[in-house]
Amino acid sequence: MTTTSELDLAERIASATEPMRILGGGTRPVGGAVPGEVLDVSGLHGVTLYEPEALTLVVRAGTPLAEVETLLAGEGQRLAFEPADWRGLLGTAGKPTIGGMVAANVSGPRRVQAGACRDALIGVRFVDGTGTVVKNGGRVMKNVTGYDLVKLMAGSWGTLGVMTEVAFKLLPRPETVATLLCEGLSPEQAVTAMSDALGSPYEVTGAAHHRGSGRTLIRIEGFAPSVAYRAERLCARLARFGDWSPIGEGGGEWQSVRDVVAFHAVPGDVWCLAVKPSEAPGVAARAEAEDALFDWGGGRIWLRVGEGTDLRTRLGPFAGHATLIRATAETRARIAPFPPEVPPVAALSQALRARFDPRQILNPGLMD
Amino acid sequence: MQLPRPNAEVIARKAEIVARLRAVLPPTAVIDDPAETRAYECDGLSAYRCPPLAAILPGSTAEVAAALKICREEGVPVVPRGSGTSLSGGALPTSDSVILGLGRMNRVIETDLANRFIRVEAGRTNLSVTGAVEGEGFFYAPDPSSQLACAIGGNIAMNSGGAHCLKYGVTTNNLLGVTLVTMAGEVVEIGGPWSDAGGLDLLGVICGSEGQLGVVTEATLRILPKPEGARPVLIGFNSNEVAGACVADIIRAGVLPVAIEFMDRPCIRACEDFAKAGYPDCEALLIIEVEGSPAEIDDQLARIGEIARRHDPVELRESRSEAESARIWLGRKSAFGAMGRINDYMCLDGTIPVSALPHVLKRIGEMSRGYGLDVANVFHAGDGNMHPLILFNANKPGDLEKCEALGADILRLCVDVGGCLSGEHGVGIEKRDLMVAQFTEEDMEAQMRVKDVFDPDWLLNPAKVFPLKASAARRGA
Repeated sequence: MTTTSELDLAERIASATEPMRILGGGTRPVGGAVPGEVLDVSGLHGVTLYEPEALTLVVRAGTPLAEVETLLAGEGQRLAFEPADWRGLLGTAGKPTIGGMVAANVSGPRRVQAGACRDALIGVRFVDGTGTVVKNGGRVMKNVTGYDLVKLMAGSWGTLGVMTEVAFKLLPRPETVATLLCEGLSPEQAVTAMSDALGSPYEVTGAAHHRGSGRTLIRIEGFAPSVAYRAERLCARLARFGDWSPIGEGGGEWQSVRDVVAFHAVPGDVWCLAVKPSEAPGVAARAEAEDALFDWGGGRIWLRVGEGTDLRTRLGPFAGHATLIRATAETRARIAPFPPEVPPVAALSQALRARFDPRQILNPGLMD
Repeated sequence: MQLPRPNAEVIARKAEIVARLRAVLPPTAVIDDPAETRAYECDGLSAYRCPPLAAILPGSTAEVAAALKICREEGVPVVPRGSGTSLSGGALPTSDSVILGLGRMNRVIETDLANRFIRVEAGRTNLSVTGAVEGEGFFYAPDPSSQLACAIGGNIAMNSGGAHCLKYGVTTNNLLGVTLVTMAGEVVEIGGPWSDAGGLDLLGVICGSEGQLGVVTEATLRILPKPEGARPVLIGFNSNEVAGACVADIIRAGVLPVAIEFMDRPCIRACEDFAKAGYPDCEALLIIEVEGSPAEIDDQLARIGEIARRHDPVELRESRSEAESARIWLGRKSAFGAMGRINDYMCLDGTIPVSALPHVLKRIGEMSRGYGLDVANVFHAGDGNMHPLILFNANKPGDLEKCEALGADILRLCVDVGGCLSGEHGVGIEKRDLMVAQFTEEDMEAQMRVKDVFDPDWLLNPAKVFPLKASAARRGA
């Protein structure tokens, strides 16, 4: 079942009698198995409004991400949160869509400085589980009128409503990018060095460490004289951790971090953890992972572990949460992919879903 | 201002309710003498006043939970209050409500520089959060102009912004976690010192919910390293259109200043008369601030200056020193004081797409003449958050009503051009009845469902955000 307009989508949902699996580009099959018919929303296509001088974009949810990125690049702008492409990681084909990216709140390395997808999202239109069209937020970047359902929709994986149109605050692409590389650091040393860099006034826009290769990367962006100055200062400041060498823009390196290339086509389950950066090396060690990629200065850890590992049981309690991103259907049926919530939080989330989708027909069970 | 009909039963049981609250709170934390509760009859929007039934000042999350549990059992509405600086009447009591003041809860609980966060009690003032970490070279970014007085709990309720949010975002972008006490007295931890929710982003909808979903008692906030320095440039133009075009060109050129403030002629004049900041006599003034090392600041100011010169400014004054910077900011920072000296004023807060700026300023001028009330404009131009100040005389019968009508017209204009009613002050009591200009019934219904989940009896912060008619069925009214 495919849809090409918001009105049509609203009618289909209102008259639906069975659960539906919401599909954008189909590149992020994460979470619990969803029964029911596929509802393909990639036909909701096109840019509704783009005002470069206002740093504002409004776009229909089924529009391919690549199309939007090309459009913005033409005006020297971008989605600052650096959305990842998970096709290589998850072995999927298809085109990532804007709506899918928002539904999964997908952010990349620059999240550490520019915020997440949910931070750049300023407006949303969606059809809830009763077939009602709802708008929230708008197209202006400062807006506190009414409750902020925009944030609630980001990362809700289609379980509260099907997004039809979204609005973003954009940022200019920088004139210059510089990447500093240090080889041979342990995770402990790397996280300490990255924390030091992120605690400096030099506005680091990326800080990542790959345990497998022992490579630590720090990124700075801006106008050329500023980037040169900051790179030099950071090299001096971080010298006590090792030798840092500029490797130019390092675009390929950051794309590798963003898309977790180290785990492509390698067997094993993949988990994504949100932690306190200083606790990241300890958590990763306890995980007994085959490989670990530390992003956001250690605040996010990508772990590759043996198939079927119940990582949460192995780790025990820690400050943060763990999501199972890649595993067989059998494992995902056995181990909840999304982090279990404490009872009062789970009760609130369930009650919200029951209000927005009273018949439980939108991606039911995906986040359970 | 219409308030819901007070619950007569609650008012009749005042003595019992107060006695129950006294049983779980320290003796000085429950205030019921009408002479003393009068201190809580209004917030920063002093045009509307209503003394509460009582006020409580709990000292811990456990005390908040115990008090809320009692209020829920007794069916008593509760109005959470940080420092009471709301400009939209967000902390206005009803006569049957208990004010829950957070003022005694102002401790720093944890400071973690390596992980760049601080955890504080929600009654702590905004500026004193920065005060707790600035010695180590860090700061808390959202900077509402009331930051000396306003509390973090209020900032979270209203998702407060400030002059520097073009670069650093508003409260929601700098909030990592909260301890929330529900109206049922349940203590819920949401988020924490890590990035992003594992499930639904409840934190995202709690922030900006105007104290209607729960009482935030503690908050984990992101702190940032302080920039090496900051300096402004002041640029004067002979028309609002040209100033607006200059802002657009700066943004198009990829320069992202930390603040772009815009003042129009009535505002420039009033500030100049009041503060003698040496502002040029012109139609529109921009104050643009950039950050970095001295050389980086010079480089960015040079880029901005080059763009501005293409628009024939009547004056372009780059700050070269701390003293010059202070002088450039002096007028802007005293704008509200300057207005207050010459008149009563109402401060609006709508946001517009920056491309609509010249049109909106022209229409505001026409409306101002139509109503016979002067309007001065000062606003955050980078993000389109306007602050029209409508000048009126509170002692002149009918002037306040005229001022309210003009304000409503201006806010409807903001919505008509694609903007919104409130950029940073919140809806509160002030803009409640204008919500229908921006939202359909279905839009509001979706928001009210969230309230149903967190506060099924609709007891928290009554009469705010939603038009009374829209919420009537839910309130049993």
